[in-house]
Amino acid sequence: MATPTEALESVMPTTRELVLDLHRRMVRIRRFEERAGKLVESGDMPGFLHLYVGQEAVAAGVCSALTDADQITSTHRGHGHAIAKGADFRPMFAELYGKTTGYCKGRGGSMHIVDMNRGMLGANAIVGGGIPIAVGAAFASQYRGDGTVAVSFFGDGATNIGAFHESVNMAAVLNLPVVFVIENNGYAEFTPQDRHMKLTDIADRASSYGIPGVIVDGMDVLAVRNVALEAIDRAKRGEGPTLIEAKTYRYFDHQGIKGMRILYRDPAEVEAWKTRDAINLIEAIGVERGLVSAEEFAEIWAQTEADIDDGIEFARTSPDPDPVDILDDVYTA
Amino acid sequence: MTTRELTYVKAFNEGMHQVMAEDPDVFLIGEDVAGYGGVFHMFDGLLTEFGGTRVVDTPISEQAIIGLGVGAAARGLRPVCDLMFMDFVGVAMDQIFNQAAKMKYMFGGNVSVPLTITTAGGAGMSAAAQHSQSLEAWLAHIPGLKVAMPASPYDAKGLIVGAIRDDNPTIVVLNKKMLGVKGPVPEELYSIPFGVANIVREGNNATIVAIGRMVVEAEKAAENLEKDGISVEIIDPRTVQPLDIDTIVTSVKKTNRVLVVHEAVEFGGIGAEISSQIQESAFDYLDAPVTRLAAPFAPVPFAPILENAYVPDAPRIEAVVRRLLERK
Repeated sequence: MATPTEALESVMPTTRELVLDLHRRMVRIRRFEERAGKLVESGDMPGFLHLYVGQEAVAAGVCSALTDADQITSTHRGHGHAIAKGADFRPMFAELYGKTTGYCKGRGGSMHIVDMNRGMLGANAIVGGGIPIAVGAAFASQYRGDGTVAVSFFGDGATNIGAFHESVNMAAVLNLPVVFVIENNGYAEFTPQDRHMKLTDIADRASSYGIPGVIVDGMDVLAVRNVALEAIDRAKRGEGPTLIEAKTYRYFDHQGIKGMRILYRDPAEVEAWKTRDAINLIEAIGVERGLVSAEEFAEIWAQTEADIDDGIEFARTSPDPDPVDILDDVYTA
Repeated sequence: MTTRELTYVKAFNEGMHQVMAEDPDVFLIGEDVAGYGGVFHMFDGLLTEFGGTRVVDTPISEQAIIGLGVGAAARGLRPVCDLMFMDFVGVAMDQIFNQAAKMKYMFGGNVSVPLTITTAGGAGMSAAAQHSQSLEAWLAHIPGLKVAMPASPYDAKGLIVGAIRDDNPTIVVLNKKMLGVKGPVPEELYSIPFGVANIVREGNNATIVAIGRMVVEAEKAAENLEKDGISVEIIDPRTVQPLDIDTIVTSVKKTNRVLVVHEAVEFGGIGAEISSQIQESAFDYLDAPVTRLAAPFAPVPFAPILENAYVPDAPRIEAVVRRLLERK
């Protein structure tokens, strides 16, 4: 019997271009995060980072189904969403370094990357804070009838905040073109799912709002893309929101690569998830099906490395903000 | 300009009608704003005139109402999100102070949030502790927000239009006890910019800076004082953020005595900020300490006898001004 993914592939075939595109998005996220994490932990960069490594298939799969006109809202763990939506390394690294050339001119840092030209409505340092904002972006789509959709990414922990309930219910009642994507990495910061909710499948929450809830393997980028395409299509048909639960895993700590070194999960659990690594999976599919060669995948890794070197160099040599300008942009004049 | 008498709430309503007719990007959303026209009938007739796409009822979900406004505003629309009672800002506060207020700045100027929040504050109706508060100091404390406190029908119309045309998140706090107060209002669409105080009454012996409905009480007090030859100047800041401190300081330099009066509790209220700025800018001109008259540090009580004791009124304003003038 065909799996849902195989059934969909019969109408939406996995092409060489698609595999390359998804692979490139995921590799760019992974290497950006690994390099940025090291730069913070070595003291080269200020602040702290919530890294997305392990969860790349969710951002890449969903964002590959969107256009620049479609809007997303993101989280404190937001670099992956920005990169998957097409953000450039130069202003991203510059923002992490707090430079004027950054996406937010050094005002926002890691947790507030924004790229309005690509429909990236901002990362958000308040857990669940972006969910109602995505509903508003979708309201604007419906108001203007411009055929765009909004996607809100958030974690399993965010589904326990009131803003989640209010937003999903409101979007359902107003029939708005929005897709809610839960990235269930099993932990709300350091607290495992079984200690923050009674449910196993968070998608079950959808039924209480009268909307579809869909579970997808968050390590399978093709599967994520396919459920996203269905939900987006449904939203564009005027049939309202969908709640997608992508089951995935965070390789690094809640914050940083090594983080606080508190043992709150079994190292064997981490290693077990890595055997199903999303990038390894897409490379295996590409090679097995004869769509992309191992050398071509290696070239993407190498090109990404070069792009990151360029981004870091750009950031390091960019000017610092001037404290004289500290009051700029508090208000729109 | 043709001017006629309108109530405060009708003047506000007329401003809403005219600004929505002017700009198709303006929409109204909130609890019972469409079918019912708002619990204070602030929004009467808007659904009929502009239809269900632009005038939208919602579930009781204050966070989602404001958040929806934030997202829509970031995409260039001009949402008017109603919060019914000012006490409900607490329910939606994350979206107000962490999201709407900060997006412009923390996103490096890349996003503007032309969102207007309407709500009703103030005591005097036995609505008790959760339906009577004046929380403007909370909001004025947050960089990025603007807060208006209209104190007349003319200002209720002009400030809602000014708020909606403003490219920043604004909160317009109507006063519940003023809804039926009448005053002259031009028929035409006009706008009052934020940060421009109104010199309600000119005088020489003392200045009263009054916030919201306290302007009306200050006027009554000033009329009584005038009978004794005491000439009082009344300044209504109109917006507490931004605050037109220059107009206040100019007045204080003329009168040398000043009382600041508001309905909110005195501790940490907007009067503390105004007092501090006056003494920093006009210390050498003062013939008496800058004085405040405000609510005691307690929740708003229910029983009329308690509530009357709680909210400043004309007789107490008059008494404090007389004491100010006794200082040589």
